[in-house]
Amino acid sequence: MDFILQPWPWYVAGVLIALSMFLMFYFGKKFGVSSNLETICSIGGAGKLVDFFKFDWRKNKWNLSFVVGLIIGGFITNQWLTPDQGIALNPKTIQDLSEIGIANAGSSYLPDEIFGIDALFSIKGFLILLTAGFLVGFGARYAGGCTSGHGIVGLSMLATESFIAVAGFFIGGLIMTWFILPHLFN
Amino acid sequence: MKYLKFLLVGVLFGIILSKAEVVSWYRIFEMFKLQSFHMYGVIGTAVIIGIFIMRLFKYKAIKTIDGKEIIVAPKKKGVSRNLIGGIIFGLGWALGGVCPGPMFVLLGKGIASILVVLSGALLGAFVYHAVKHKLPH
Repeated sequence: MDFILQPWPWYVAGVLIALSMFLMFYFGKKFGVSSNLETICSIGGAGKLVDFFKFDWRKNKWNLSFVVGLIIGGFITNQWLTPDQGIALNPKTIQDLSEIGIANAGSSYLPDEIFGIDALFSIKGFLILLTAGFLVGFGARYAGGCTSGHGIVGLSMLATESFIAVAGFFIGGLIMTWFILPHLFN
Repeated sequence: MKYLKFLLVGVLFGIILSKAEVVSWYRIFEMFKLQSFHMYGVIGTAVIIGIFIMRLFKYKAIKTIDGKEIIVAPKKKGVSRNLIGGIIFGLGWALGGVCPGPMFVLLGKGIASILVVLSGALLGAFVYHAVKHKLPH
């Protein structure tokens, strides 16, 4: 049991992610999270404003079930499977973060400077959270997939489109991490 | 009940993302800082095994649970859509430290502020479809 309670090493996670993908195809569907964003928009009545969302969302109930599972999985892990909420980080990473204004790096899963209650109820903090989500949602649907659809499925198919998309993920991620994040929290 | 199996795969995937700390903002930061192998190991292992799985599907070695052929839809063509969309996605991924899967996992972990991120993601998906006819694909 102790193995389950410890943080899982990358190779265990990698094997199980491949298994999750396999199971979704084996059950006759596909593996991709970001298309659920469109389904939820459709449920919310987005079809009244943009024709694209006039599809019958009920045909995607299987994927919404998967998303409900994600929420339950997060709850189960948090309640019973994570006795230590710390993240073991490279001391260099902790130092780099402290220099850009993020203190106590690794003491929990998420930095308070971005996800804490004080940040949530400040204009700047709220806009950072909203912008991060907006870019992810817009970019994922523009590119036609996120880390699961392009990163796992597309690369496994050796699809050229997914290599381009993942290269894009890294260009964007490197720009944000090296050139923008250092100026946001100081 | 026919949706229960998808829910259970979701539970499994949610536990994996959480236990391997993929849902941690710090793991995404260190990945883009090139200071840890962890995320490269996670994605790399999944893709290497995934390549074998896709070969099995392509050569029809496995059928679905209902005995049907497994068809993996090809990705949409176009350099602009994948590159520009990818860059926009990457900017958000590194800022919030979450891609769409972890957003829902963190919701289950009881992180209130993720609701703002998720609202942003829904808004982003909505705006994309509202303006897509003006964008290069």
